Amino acid sequence: MVYAAGVDVGSTQTKAVIIDENLQIVGRSLVDTGASVTLAAQNAYRAALADGDIHEEEDGVGFIVGTGYGRYKVTFGDAQTTEISCHGRGAVHMFPDTRTVVDMGGQDTKAIRVSPNGEIVDFVMNDKCAAGTGRFLGAAATALDIPLGDLGPTALRSERPVKISTTCTVFADSEILSWLGKGKKVEDILMGVHRSVVSRALSLMRRVGIEQEVTFTGGVANNLGMVEVLNQELGFRANVSPESHYMGALGGALFAMDRIVAGRSPAGTSEAVS
Amino acid sequence: MSTKASTTASPYAPPAGPSDDARATSLVGRGNKEGNRLFRSWFSELTTAQERGEKAAYVFVMGSMAELLRVFDFHTIFPEVNGLQTAVRHVADDYIAKAEDYGFSTDVCGYVKADIGLQFRGGEHPMGTIPPPALSVYTNACNTYIKWAEIWERLYGVPIFTLDIPGTRRSGGQTWPGSADFANDLRYVRGQIDELIGVCETVSGKRFDIDKLREIMGYANRMSVAWKRLIELNKSTPAVYNAVTDGTVYLGMANGFRGREEGARYFEDLVEELEYKAAHGIGSPFEEKYRLVFVGVPCYPIFRRFGEMFSEWGGTFVGSTYLWFASGGANMGFEYDLDRPLDSLAEGVLVTVRDAMDAMFYSNTLLADMIEPFDIDGVVYHPIKSCRTVSTGLADSRRALMEQTDVATLFIESDHMDKRVVSEAQLKNRIDAFFEGLATRRQHRAAQVVRQGREG
Repeated sequence: MVYAAGVDVGSTQTKAVIIDENLQIVGRSLVDTGASVTLAAQNAYRAALADGDIHEEEDGVGFIVGTGYGRYKVTFGDAQTTEISCHGRGAVHMFPDTRTVVDMGGQDTKAIRVSPNGEIVDFVMNDKCAAGTGRFLGAAATALDIPLGDLGPTALRSERPVKISTTCTVFADSEILSWLGKGKKVEDILMGVHRSVVSRALSLMRRVGIEQEVTFTGGVANNLGMVEVLNQELGFRANVSPESHYMGALGGALFAMDRIVAGRSPAGTSEAVS
Repeated sequence: MSTKASTTASPYAPPAGPSDDARATSLVGRGNKEGNRLFRSWFSELTTAQERGEKAAYVFVMGSMAELLRVFDFHTIFPEVNGLQTAVRHVADDYIAKAEDYGFSTDVCGYVKADIGLQFRGGEHPMGTIPPPALSVYTNACNTYIKWAEIWERLYGVPIFTLDIPGTRRSGGQTWPGSADFANDLRYVRGQIDELIGVCETVSGKRFDIDKLREIMGYANRMSVAWKRLIELNKSTPAVYNAVTDGTVYLGMANGFRGREEGARYFEDLVEELEYKAAHGIGSPFEEKYRLVFVGVPCYPIFRRFGEMFSEWGGTFVGSTYLWFASGGANMGFEYDLDRPLDSLAEGVLVTVRDAMDAMFYSNTLLADMIEPFDIDGVVYHPIKSCRTVSTGLADSRRALMEQTDVATLFIESDHMDKRVVSEAQLKNRIDAFFEGLATRRQHRAAQVVRQGREG
């Protein structure tokens, strides 16, 4: 069996995915990125191999694609591809009728428009500001002393959500504290936070044009509250895969498998220009 | 090969060179080398201008009025060119900080703040010393020009002159000679030029000389013809120059040497070089894989790296709106009628400055017309934080282009001066993704052709 790997080095977490020739995920892992990016990539890759019970020397991983901001630090990788291409590829693989991808990560939110044949027609990302990203949710979690995993379920209990006017992650603390000072419930504040984040993401999506189907990827897609608010605002349900968090790494692995199968550079890898 | 030789002693005379035969083989790269040499000579001349008691006029790239100002022996100073030079040389931060310390907002154009910093430093510039203005002449092509000149007016107590050029009222709605609207616009501009002549006479203490104007306009004509040819020559494959990197050298020359014999000769020689390259299939040092058009102003704080982020993928800029508007519309190749210099000057200023404005505000149609003849793979939009004039509307312009054509586009934001709002990592990420998309698109197109071949 031949395997291909994608290693997605994000700002907060590093994900690795191993796929087989049937394009099925056979191993995955997620580690905190931390300060040593190369080490995080190695750890994630090894953990994904272990998860799939794959022995590199015996089974052989034919090609590795690094993606994410730290893609050039995947020193053991064979090629690099941006997370924009990888999320688009992963989303279309999971949901072939995808036309719009919204990916929300630790410090990036990106909207990607995909053509019927899988080409990335347009994309837009947040610029120099973490508003509308996972970081904003993280700031709220810290301010309210709530585990990240509880944010969504707590927000969904809201009956009278407040309106969070700031979009600045740095100033999120002070606004949240001011709502607490006014006696507002934590769930109502959190729902306000979720709506604020979704409104920023929608703004990006509108810039590329929202076309169904929409696929929601990235770590933030694990947050049920975010999925619910996004669906409400869209007026229809977005695709959310259990592998959402791994979508960038999956896209990277698919590009890697292209290389193995075709024996040529996959569309959209930096090696294509070398 | 050029056989033209200067008949007058000029500080810009080229150094003694090799024989004609040897020169033929050294054509490639001559334009950039000679451009850099002349550019330095120009700044050296500016550095000593004040000592010689020579006066300077502060002007801008969109409607510099160099032809008229040279009649009165004004040096033309381009604060935009001065500003970008500080950014390319990585010292813009120092100049900008000085202006911000004084109270200018972070939102004010980086060119303006670099110039204010320069004025507060007594004209000290990495390329030399910039003399203070005796006069400023500017058009309404950029709204900032007007407020910018008012700063010099207050700092130095010098006269400033607004040349109000009627712009295009709607996309594709330009008027031309023969129409009543054009005649009215022309009369309006001509009246202002007459008024400007009076101001120049007062400030310079010299009388207007129409024969001298005629001579200067003749040089400008030669440059305009060459500039238009230069734009057309990049239809060649591979492209014979990079419209962003090489283009910036050419723009410096086009502005600084407009109406000078050295400038006319430079561009005629440059065309000779580029025609030679086109005839011999000589392009960039790297393999040209994608042909691109650039929209906006380059990212000067990381100018070299910015270019590399495209060239590493085999992307070449074969055209740019910058070559249109920052040349003051020279791309039109407008030639003055020397038999009626003042009327023709008014007509030239009207149509070229208007075209420069159109290159910013109505670029989508112009760009759509480039796609096929220039064999364009992608259009790169680069709005900048500093300049709302250039950047506002680019998102709409891009959308309009995408509706007109299926050309790939990229939208990246940074600044032309302020490094604080330039994120190299973010730019690279988007640029890489753009090229990945181009690669995918090309593979799909190739596969489609193969399929069609099999089927039929």
